[in-house]
Amino acid sequence: MNRDELKRVLLEEIANVAPEVDPATVPEDADLREALDIDSISFLNLVIALNGRLGVNVPELDYPKLRELRGALDYLAAAVARRSDTFGLA
Amino acid sequence: MPFATIRKTAPAGAPPARLPDYAAACRDFDWQRARAQLDGLPGGALNIAHEAVDRHVAAGRGGKLALRWIGKDERVRDISYAELAALTGRFANVLAGLGVQRGERVFSLLGRVPALYVAALGTLKAGAVFSPLFSAFGPEPVQARMGIGEGRVLVTTEAFYRRKVAPIRDRLPRLAHVLLVGGANLDAVGAGGLPADCLDFDAAMQAASPRFPTAATAPEEMALLHFTSGTTGKPKGAIHVHEAVLAHHVTGQYALDLGPEDIFWCTADPGWVTGTSYGIIAPLTNGASMIVDEAEFDAERWYRILERERVSVWYTAPTAIRMLMKIGAGIVRGFDLSRLRFMASVGEPLNPEAVAWSADAFGKPFHDNWWQTETGGIMIANYATMDIKPGSMGRPLPGIEAGIVARGVDGRIAEITAPMAMGELALRPGWPSMFRGYLNEPERYAKCFADGWYLTGDLAMRDGDGYYWFVGRADDVIKSAGHLIGPFEVESALMEHKAVAEVGVIGKPDPTAGEAVKAFVVLKAGHEPSEAMRKELLGHARQRLGPAIAPREIDFRANLPKTRSGKIMRRLLKARELGLPEGDLSTLESDER
Repeated sequence: MNRDELKRVLLEEIANVAPEVDPATVPEDADLREALDIDSISFLNLVIALNGRLGVNVPELDYPKLRELRGALDYLAAAVARRSDTFGLA
Repeated sequence: MPFATIRKTAPAGAPPARLPDYAAACRDFDWQRARAQLDGLPGGALNIAHEAVDRHVAAGRGGKLALRWIGKDERVRDISYAELAALTGRFANVLAGLGVQRGERVFSLLGRVPALYVAALGTLKAGAVFSPLFSAFGPEPVQARMGIGEGRVLVTTEAFYRRKVAPIRDRLPRLAHVLLVGGANLDAVGAGGLPADCLDFDAAMQAASPRFPTAATAPEEMALLHFTSGTTGKPKGAIHVHEAVLAHHVTGQYALDLGPEDIFWCTADPGWVTGTSYGIIAPLTNGASMIVDEAEFDAERWYRILERERVSVWYTAPTAIRMLMKIGAGIVRGFDLSRLRFMASVGEPLNPEAVAWSADAFGKPFHDNWWQTETGGIMIANYATMDIKPGSMGRPLPGIEAGIVARGVDGRIAEITAPMAMGELALRPGWPSMFRGYLNEPERYAKCFADGWYLTGDLAMRDGDGYYWFVGRADDVIKSAGHLIGPFEVESALMEHKAVAEVGVIGKPDPTAGEAVKAFVVLKAGHEPSEAMRKELLGHARQRLGPAIAPREIDFRANLPKTRSGKIMRRLLKARELGLPEGDLSTLESDER
């Protein structure tokens, strides 16, 4: 999965918790929780949805790494790559 | 009982607890005598701001740290008691300069920034009434609360103003002044280009004198207005008076083991009653130093703050504790939390697993306690020296008489004394922080009392040892992340959407938040349920209500179950959602489809 595909998935999942915002207007370095008015519970739901959708496991301690769009993409890209590696080796 | 009682034995060398003997304190406690712990003002006057701030300065403790604020970016700002006295004096002068009169309401809509604490205590110093709003509220909840509270002044930020206040300002005719805080730094000189009809908080503060003679308020004068929600109708503004400070002060010592040598961290937002009673007033009246963290929940950051700031007493909420629990005990052991002496929890019942987990992870358990907006302070608690039965809210505070009661068909109240029999939790009125009314709604207030009891609306049981156990709400009010949410407020916002014909809103059990708001929606003819419609309604609700109150989940129905009088049976929606018995259906006229 390339970065553009990953971004599409991320924006779709954001739209599920905060559908009133056009995520395309959110700067890549903005804190998603502030820019999109997402509280801790919605953020948790967002990460759980991403876990399921991308088949990655984001441990709770890494949640802060997903708070900005760019950081979230970097983190998820690495996590998805690790997952692919595992499949490659299997 | 699946969870073993946690026995309390004081570790060697531990400081004596402030409630060394619960039974003796219950026997001997007297509110009149406890009043000697307050200073008061000449002529029998009493003002919360004086008890919290100025009396410490007068007693030579002005140099002590009152508040350490930690910004989102970890910037730190320390405010001593003397500086807090000066800042609150300035704000009281700002209000006086605006012509704000005694008893008029000053609202805040702020994150946890220093200006919030200054505005709260400065308002009280001026003799006006402080009413905090949660910053995650959207424009509708802000408008409803400020309208009911007849807010004369609002302190907020430019960003919140533009998003949440400007769209509804024309519906707030009583709002005369809006003060905009220029960010987290109180010293910031006003930014240019303020929105129309707004004032610069920072500039007004700088121009004001730090000296203000604290208003000689009567003990029964209104001090705080805290909003809460019922099953029906608009939010209710619970009135608290200056005398409430006696309960804040005493319960801080008894239920939180709080004293002048403590570094205290209450993680609650002052937009809710806990964040005011115990996030502002109780730690300061007791002369402690308090930590304020501007940021939202972040496990690693929280442990870092506990360690670095040497927090000794920590008061937080089940939602946060459950998130910490998910992360696990391993990380806890990586921090030096040896200064942490007492941990307490409030907002909703703390599940026994979490109590047992904390005893293992921290080497000391969380102490659950129970109270409500209306009670103004902690009423039932687990104490430092009392054995904990995990899952129980503990026993009534000294000076508080609680009971389990049943309401008879004739309106009479009967006390239930059999152990573990379920009934409504009730309290004998008369404690200092009891609410004195719902603003402008005497009938709603009167309905809370019967036969010499205050009826809490919570269902509970009491065991043979006098420990209370929470069962649920007696009404349809939803408890999510420790906040009470009125289903009517959510339903009303959804009904404003042009496609919506009917709505029923329930609290659905959620592993982290306790309950999550779920809405069942019937669409008008010509509109079809779809994923797009679901998102549109969700967005509509979030824009009006804000993320804290808006539903997390929306389902469509062709019809909602209703009584003969047309009332939507939320109870039945909830029972079916949870697969529980449907109960008495005799009033059901039109069923769900």
